[in-house]
Amino acid sequence: MNRLIIDIKDKSFTKDGANDAFCVIKNLHLELNNNEFVCLVGPSGCGKSTLLNTVAGLDTQFEGTINAGDQHGTLKTSYVFQTPRLLPWRTVLENIQLAAGDETIETSRITHVLERLGIETSLNSYPQHLSLGMQRRVALARAFCIQSHTLLMDEPFVSLDQPTARKARRLLLELWAEHPRNVLFVTHDLNEAIELADRVIFLSDSPSSVIGDFNVDIARDDRTPEQVSQFINQLSANHQNIQHLL
Amino acid sequence: MQRSSFLNSTLSLGLLLLIWQLTATLINSPTLPAPTLVFDVLIKAIQSGELPHHLGITLYRLAISFTLAMLLGVAIGLALGRKKGLNNFFDSWLVIFLNIPALVTIILCYIWFGLIETAAIFAVVINKLPNVIVTIREGARSLDEELIDMARAYQFGRIKTIRHVILPQLFPYIMASARTGLALIWKIVLVVEMLGRSDGMGYQIHLFFQLFDITSILAYTVSFIVIIQLIETTLLKSLDTKAQRWK
Repeated sequence: MNRLIIDIKDKSFTKDGANDAFCVIKNLHLELNNNEFVCLVGPSGCGKSTLLNTVAGLDTQFEGTINAGDQHGTLKTSYVFQTPRLLPWRTVLENIQLAAGDETIETSRITHVLERLGIETSLNSYPQHLSLGMQRRVALARAFCIQSHTLLMDEPFVSLDQPTARKARRLLLELWAEHPRNVLFVTHDLNEAIELADRVIFLSDSPSSVIGDFNVDIARDDRTPEQVSQFINQLSANHQNIQHLL
Repeated sequence: MQRSSFLNSTLSLGLLLLIWQLTATLINSPTLPAPTLVFDVLIKAIQSGELPHHLGITLYRLAISFTLAMLLGVAIGLALGRKKGLNNFFDSWLVIFLNIPALVTIILCYIWFGLIETAAIFAVVINKLPNVIVTIREGARSLDEELIDMARAYQFGRIKTIRHVILPQLFPYIMASARTGLALIWKIVLVVEMLGRSDGMGYQIHLFFQLFDITSILAYTVSFIVIIQLIETTLLKSLDTKAQRWK
């Protein structure tokens, strides 16, 4: 079983010059089980990216624990950022191989993932020779090529136009079905969240904590725009406390 | 493109030689020998083996002190650029070292360590090091934090991060300090040799000065400029092309 348990008691930043710390996350508890796809929705500035950074181990200055339950020791994550963040001086292949670290991944595996994303011909290209959309797909491929327990995604489709974003979401779901793992997907677009997720989690304003946790019980193939807006209406009718986020 | 730039530099150098030749003819004084005369002396000095011997020694000192200054400078500059506290503490040291005249460090090194090879090389390194540190520190401050975070998220580890994430970003700064460094270091090496060694270009030029042999001074200078230009065009330029192939 693949688990991720996030239990943050307190995460604060001390601003330069200010004496008192600014609390971003307070008593946030979150569990992901069995390769779940979880979308995090919350007002901007509520600490969603901070949360992902703590899970990725980029930010270790917090009170609380983040672990994978008790079965495997270290938690291995892969991270898709808002921007592709590829090394411009390394080829697509090298970028992916570097992220893989000590574990050697076969080139065939990489080409397979790239094929799925329709960019297999760019294997030996440098990122700057690719369009931004292709770079994003490379970043996605990098995250899926390595064997991680959890995939963190920080608004990866934020600057894409609607049709491209829809296509990207479909590709993401296909890749995830092929290489399953827990996914923690941050977005401020509720439609996107409902289209993708098994569970949608709502965060409060900072200091943020969980204020809503809903299973999306529509089969993924049936998530048409009408179904999605109907789901949102239901949420809105039944839950007053998250109304400002809908 | 390449041909025309080659033609261009040939023409431009030809013009310089022409001006030199004309001025020499006009002045007609032993203080400014004509380029042809300098060329004759240059050939003779090469044939006698004297020039290759002294040039070789100077190049050897240049290579060692350049390598040391670059390695130390990159390491220290990177540390100072990344660690704010460290930088705040040592910044004043850097200012002091930047402003000590080259002559003072050279004389002090010879007094403290004696007229030995190590003292000579050490003096050159001390003179160049602060410049490298300042340039690299600037580069280290402007490193892309997003890429460094990416490297941490994918657990690159220290060595892989330095090699694949940090050094490629520092490359333009390293090249800049290598270029200015080469020019600066060989000038200092000559002074070091003049003051305390019994071989090398600096020693020779000092000797020619005492003999008032201007033709030989110019011949040695020309040979040295040619060598430095060769290093620049072959070594540094090819490094540049190789490292910039992704652009």
